[in-house]
Amino acid sequence: MELKKFKNRNISEDYIVVQEDNYPKTNWDMFKQVLSRSIKGELFVGMRITFGIMYRALFKDEMATVQYPKEKLPIGPRYRAVHKLLRLLESGEERCIGCGLCEKICISNCIRMETRIDENSRKEVMQYTINMGRCIFCGYCAEVCPELAIVHGGRYENSSEQRAHFSLKEDILSSANGLGTQLEFDGYGSVSPDADKKIKKTPLSY
Amino acid sequence: METSIIIETIVKVVVVLAVFSALAGFTTYIERKILAFMQRRLGPTNVGPYGLLQIVADGIKLFCKEDIIPANVNKKIFMVAPLITASTAFIAMSAVPFFPEFEMFGYTVRPIISDINVGVLFVLSVGAVGLYGPLLGGMSSANKWALLGGARTAIQLLSYEVVSGLSLLAPLMMVGSLSLIDINNYQAGGVSNWIIWSQPLAFLLFVMAGFAETNRTPFDLLEHEAELVAGYATEYSGMRWGMFFIGEYANLFTISFLIALIFLGGFEPLWFIPGGLAIVLKVMFLIFVFLWTRASWPHIRPDQLMWLCWKILMPLAILNVLVTGFVMMF
Repeated sequence: MELKKFKNRNISEDYIVVQEDNYPKTNWDMFKQVLSRSIKGELFVGMRITFGIMYRALFKDEMATVQYPKEKLPIGPRYRAVHKLLRLLESGEERCIGCGLCEKICISNCIRMETRIDENSRKEVMQYTINMGRCIFCGYCAEVCPELAIVHGGRYENSSEQRAHFSLKEDILSSANGLGTQLEFDGYGSVSPDADKKIKKTPLSY
Repeated sequence: METSIIIETIVKVVVVLAVFSALAGFTTYIERKILAFMQRRLGPTNVGPYGLLQIVADGIKLFCKEDIIPANVNKKIFMVAPLITASTAFIAMSAVPFFPEFEMFGYTVRPIISDINVGVLFVLSVGAVGLYGPLLGGMSSANKWALLGGARTAIQLLSYEVVSGLSLLAPLMMVGSLSLIDINNYQAGGVSNWIIWSQPLAFLLFVMAGFAETNRTPFDLLEHEAELVAGYATEYSGMRWGMFFIGEYANLFTISFLIALIFLGGFEPLWFIPGGLAIVLKVMFLIFVFLWTRASWPHIRPDQLMWLCWKILMPLAILNVLVTGFVMMF
């Protein structure tokens, strides 16, 4: 095989050259090009389009801007934002049965739960924390939960000044169980032992 | 008599300066709004009602910024250049009649600072001097983008100035006077007497030259953001940059007033609309067209600008002058 064949990048014989050099050859052609460019009215078509867009944006409610903190776009029901721990609707008891599947399946090891057997010899969840600094919001925990106890909510605004704020507390979860001080998972991305000393108010509230 | 004229002139100067400085600021707001609407955005909304105080915020920012003069620039020229643009933009307005005569407190006010008999010539030439601002600013900046912007200023000046002068020649031949008031009075008596109907080609050519003179979009070569950072104004900041800006928008108003006065019947009453309102409406429409084209059209290259001005527009303008002359002779 000769080198020329290797250099031929055309895939097939019916390869179409898109960029054609159809430059005007004669003066008459150039003149026609000038005429068509200046008189054809393409410029005014452009002006009509922008005016139409302005009209529709102002009067037909086609404005694309979303004024974010004031208005928010609806998010999909399957959006995976900050988790919620749900309760049973009838009794108000926690749905979580403390099986530990979420803790087990969590691929970033950010879920930590402490359970015990209570007086009625039922399993009781004493503490349940999710380290938000580590959570990748994969949704495995919600998927694996047999009781639909842990789900993903729609709250996506969880920016903060400090990493300590990211480790999920009880107030982030919709559990009103009065769980005590949280036990944090002791690994990468968790709060440091002296996190309490480092915590300060957000700048806005100084 | 003498003192009264002096006082009257000073008052007029102050009013024109104040009104057009404010209008220049306001036009930036309008421009941002209209460009935003044409791109389905909202434009400034947060500062004040409908974002109106954005102008004030911008002004405060410009005034409070440090006046930076970079190393290696030619200091004197660098500092003077924005003054040229801003001052010539306002000097050009001194020969523009903004409104018809009106009476105030039993005193007839002629809303023109000085009715010189070469009004059009004066406005055009001072407007052309204004391009020394970008030129000198660009060349003194010791910055390659600014230098390119300055070079393009020279190109643009040489290109459009011929067209604007020659295109105005034909209507001036018909009117027989260079005073803008005479030109305006020539078109008295309704829409059918407007010069645009007898000189449509001259109107088109002059509007195109006006776009080039005010650096509006199709001919926005001096500070073509996509190519030249900010062109001649790259090294400028704070109030010196702001003066370039004010000058540019004041020029926009001057050109709009010129087009309205020379081609669109000026401040002659229009149907039931009184003259003063009529010219304001015309100028508003023209400025809207300037903004509209900015939202719609792409820039052209400098060589295309020269090609257009020298090879297309100038022959057309000369042809127009010739035809007008023959029609007037026979």
